[in-house]
Amino acid sequence: MFGIYLRPSWFGACFTQYALFFSLSFQIHGDFVLIRGDTVSNMSLTQALQEHKDRRKKDANAIMTMVVKQSKPSPITQQSRLGTDELFMAINPVTKQLLYYEDKAEYSKGFISLDKTLIADNPSVILHNDKQDCYIDICSQEVLSLFTDNFDYQHLRRHFVKGLLVDDIMGYKIFTHEIHSSYAARIDNFRSYDTISKDIIQRWTYPFVPDVLCGSSAIKVERQGTYRASDVTLSRSAQLGSFIFIGQGTKIGNDTKISHSVIGERCTIGSNVTIEGSYIWNNVTIEDGCQLRNAIVCDGVILKSGAVLQPGVILSFKVVVGQQFVVPAYSKVSLLQQPTQQDSDEELEYADSTSGTGELRSDKLNGDIAPDLSETASELGTGGVGYIWKVFEGAYDEEWRHSVAPIPTDKLVKLMLDRDEDEELLTQDGNVISASGELKTDSDGNGSEDDDNEDSRDDYVSFEKEVEATFLRAVHENVKVDLAVLEVNALRLSYNMASVDCGGAIFYSMMKLAVESPHNSASELHRNAADIVTTWQKLLKSFLHDIDEEIEVILKFEEMCLESAKDFAALFPQILHLLYDKEILQEDAILRWADEKEGADESDKVFLKRSEKFIQWLREAEEEEEEDE
Amino acid sequence: MDFQVVVLAGGNSKNLTPLVSKELPKPLLPVANCPVLYYVLHQLEQSNLKDLIVVVEGEDAALLVGAWISGTFIDRLHVEIAAVPEDIGTAGALRAISHHLTAKDILVVSGDLVSDVPPGALAATHRRHDAAVTTMLCSIPVSGPSESGSSGGKDKAKKLGRYNIIGLDPSKQFLLHIATEIEKDARISKRILHAVGQMEMRSDLMDAHMYAFKRSVLQEVLDVKDTFQSLKEDVLPYLVRSQLKSEALLNRTPQGEENGNEKVSSQNNQAFISRILANASTPSFHGIYSKNPDGSSSTRKTHKCCVYIASSSSYCVRLNSIQAFMDINRDVTGDADHLLSPNNIIGPSPKLGTKTTVGPNCRLGEGSEMGDKCQVKRSIIGRHCRIGSHVKVVNSVVMNHVTIGDGCIIQGSVICSNVQLQERVELKDCQVGAGFVVTAGSEYKAESLAKKEK
Repeated sequence: MFGIYLRPSWFGACFTQYALFFSLSFQIHGDFVLIRGDTVSNMSLTQALQEHKDRRKKDANAIMTMVVKQSKPSPITQQSRLGTDELFMAINPVTKQLLYYEDKAEYSKGFISLDKTLIADNPSVILHNDKQDCYIDICSQEVLSLFTDNFDYQHLRRHFVKGLLVDDIMGYKIFTHEIHSSYAARIDNFRSYDTISKDIIQRWTYPFVPDVLCGSSAIKVERQGTYRASDVTLSRSAQLGSFIFIGQGTKIGNDTKISHSVIGERCTIGSNVTIEGSYIWNNVTIEDGCQLRNAIVCDGVILKSGAVLQPGVILSFKVVVGQQFVVPAYSKVSLLQQPTQQDSDEELEYADSTSGTGELRSDKLNGDIAPDLSETASELGTGGVGYIWKVFEGAYDEEWRHSVAPIPTDKLVKLMLDRDEDEELLTQDGNVISASGELKTDSDGNGSEDDDNEDSRDDYVSFEKEVEATFLRAVHENVKVDLAVLEVNALRLSYNMASVDCGGAIFYSMMKLAVESPHNSASELHRNAADIVTTWQKLLKSFLHDIDEEIEVILKFEEMCLESAKDFAALFPQILHLLYDKEILQEDAILRWADEKEGADESDKVFLKRSEKFIQWLREAEEEEEEDE
Repeated sequence: MDFQVVVLAGGNSKNLTPLVSKELPKPLLPVANCPVLYYVLHQLEQSNLKDLIVVVEGEDAALLVGAWISGTFIDRLHVEIAAVPEDIGTAGALRAISHHLTAKDILVVSGDLVSDVPPGALAATHRRHDAAVTTMLCSIPVSGPSESGSSGGKDKAKKLGRYNIIGLDPSKQFLLHIATEIEKDARISKRILHAVGQMEMRSDLMDAHMYAFKRSVLQEVLDVKDTFQSLKEDVLPYLVRSQLKSEALLNRTPQGEENGNEKVSSQNNQAFISRILANASTPSFHGIYSKNPDGSSSTRKTHKCCVYIASSSSYCVRLNSIQAFMDINRDVTGDADHLLSPNNIIGPSPKLGTKTTVGPNCRLGEGSEMGDKCQVKRSIIGRHCRIGSHVKVVNSVVMNHVTIGDGCIIQGSVICSNVQLQERVELKDCQVGAGFVVTAGSEYKAESLAKKEK
């Protein structure tokens, strides 16, 4: 069964994505298509769905199919024509399995690192920089349960997709479906709004084009991509350029020039107005002599005569711009006060993304705020109403990236020069490294590895502490094993640890608890340990999936015996035996540990020697078994 | 063709002891009774590449190799022998002979390559793209005895050795990334990826150690980067890494272009920017990067790193280990026997005793004698060997002047020249160094036998 659920885009706040999935998981049975409400697409899902179903039949782990589309980012700005940041994906060309996903790439990092196992497992991997994520996903039910399990997943791409690609325990796979001729794109910033609007006018999204959508004869397509509603009042001297849309009931005055723009319904546009590349919504009044370039003007806005909108201006609902006032480039103007800095991102997103929320707010707030407005009206010239939102420091430089206005050429040239410098630096770095010839791998590699190691060690220490605290709480508050597993799992994900680390950390906490519980003799300590292990074996076992992880536990134990919990040193073989009896460690793990240690230094073999008897016994048992067979 | 060929015939290789020795340097190691160097020279001759410099490590080895070449290829190839000190690496060897290089392009071939891929094809690819460097890639050879396939699933995990991680552009013509450290995570340059859009990462291809270089680039790199030791590990990765920001060509600004640039720059500027805005597809990713912000193409330099991928059916193996030696011997007499021109190999029919059988895929050198009731299967026996009765030789290589006593059993082994095996010796998977004497009745398994150091 397929259910199609639309996800409203203003669910933008991260938490809600999880909540949404959580609530959905009670309603959906079977596969479903996940698509964002802000996606414009004319693709047929049939083929993608069929592919997904076929794949599911062969491989139950293929739980998701992502739709991607060819779109090469600009070599200068490194962003796609939709204004989204570049995206790096690695895809297996034969199976189309997605192996790597990196959006929000760190610009400063000059390279991508692919895991060596990824390359070892796939003889051929294609690394894409020229694909665009359409945000249309076909998901199986496991996706929902994964969201239930991993409640720290908040963002579908950043957490869920990446988490799935990194996690190799469950073996879930994500596949891609590339569309070639059909259209799919998502509006999540002003540039994509502009790009997609143009695509619609140029009919790439057919059958979703204005004349078809509006029904029979209301809107006609004319030469040069001009859409005109039937009852537009147009002055004879008005000049209409190519690719424009004019909605019903709109009046346009003398000598007005319009090109590459959309003008909504019931607008009044005066004489000698110039409108280029702008989006004017419904019920907008533009008086004589105004100039608009690459602006978005929402419902009910009034531009008094002679007002000028520089490129990239956004005017929110019912804003009034005073006479002769020049609204500076990239400003955003609203009736609402600018929100405080903390939640600004979120608020901005609300204001940006849909008309729905914006309208609600302005309607609701209109009455209350009105008196307030007159005081600050000077901000938009005489008779103007609204606040110009200030751009925060730092963000200003980036403003042009997502603006509705095209990127100015001087920016492009500057960027190119910057890139050259960057490149020079980078190549120089490369030279410095390589100039040392043989040494290069050593010096360079060591340097970075040390850093990495230190980082990860720090991480690990704090992770271990967290696990220990969780475990102690579980012990003292009698938390159920299942819940403890879930909590440790959450910790694992938030610290980005492997399940090997979890096993080690849990074992460490257990043994530490045993040591810290009161005991007078070695045998009491042994009993303590045995009790704890018996009670919590399920917890430990759930993080020991294979032999390597079990060996890790033994190594951890060794380390403890040497450092933090010397009391155990004498009990080493007994505890080992205990873990074996409880089926926490398989004999393979113990034997392999013994084999590995065989070659080690004498000092390292202390515990191996102590447990020699036990290992001997294991080996004999194994041989007997073999003989039996 | 204006190509100079450098054959890097390295001297002794540690991986091949005890097969190679002072008397038998690696280039002369016989493969199916024919020095390994023959295979390279033969291929070059077939491609009409006749202007050769053979670089040998060590004076003595150079004399031996020189003597053999002048004996074999006299009047067929124009060969210079150059001796270089040992252990200076492939880049070092080229640096040492750099002043001999005069042609526009240089083809560098490893002397231990046994391949049926025509070097001419590589040279042609190089010329077609006017590349700075072109490298040949081939599929990774399946090593190990061919019949081991039956041994079950356990080996499957390690079926193929991984040699290189190679990044190619979608047309599979350009080399975008090469890494020899397969144990590390691959780090791929974003700049190159930006330029090309998509890159295919392959781990099933091997760098075959056959390169074509533009001479000017090669000499410049060798001059400037005087610490570079190896072509494969230093020079090639360096060229690949810097292909969008070439330094090697910076000082060779073409004349004539500069004058015109000033005038047209503003015009170019517009055109260039508009092309980027329109996201127009460019013919080659190098093209867009070779432009300046002001549209001129004189100061930003790129160079091309190309690949020639040998078809998967072709044969291409490097003789750099004993396993490879065994494999090549097996293949050259078996599946890949087209590598040998027949007249070179089969000497006058050797004398065989009664009831002695020689199976298929075998070679017997001239003047070898065998006693009664011997069995030879999938093996190579050199010249002037004396083999007694009831001897069994399977999957093995026996070089020249070897004496084998009665009742010996030899499996999967290499017996070097002048070895004496006394009666009833049993060898399995062994290597016996030159001049060694194996006493009667001894048995060895998977061992390497050689004379004590002189």
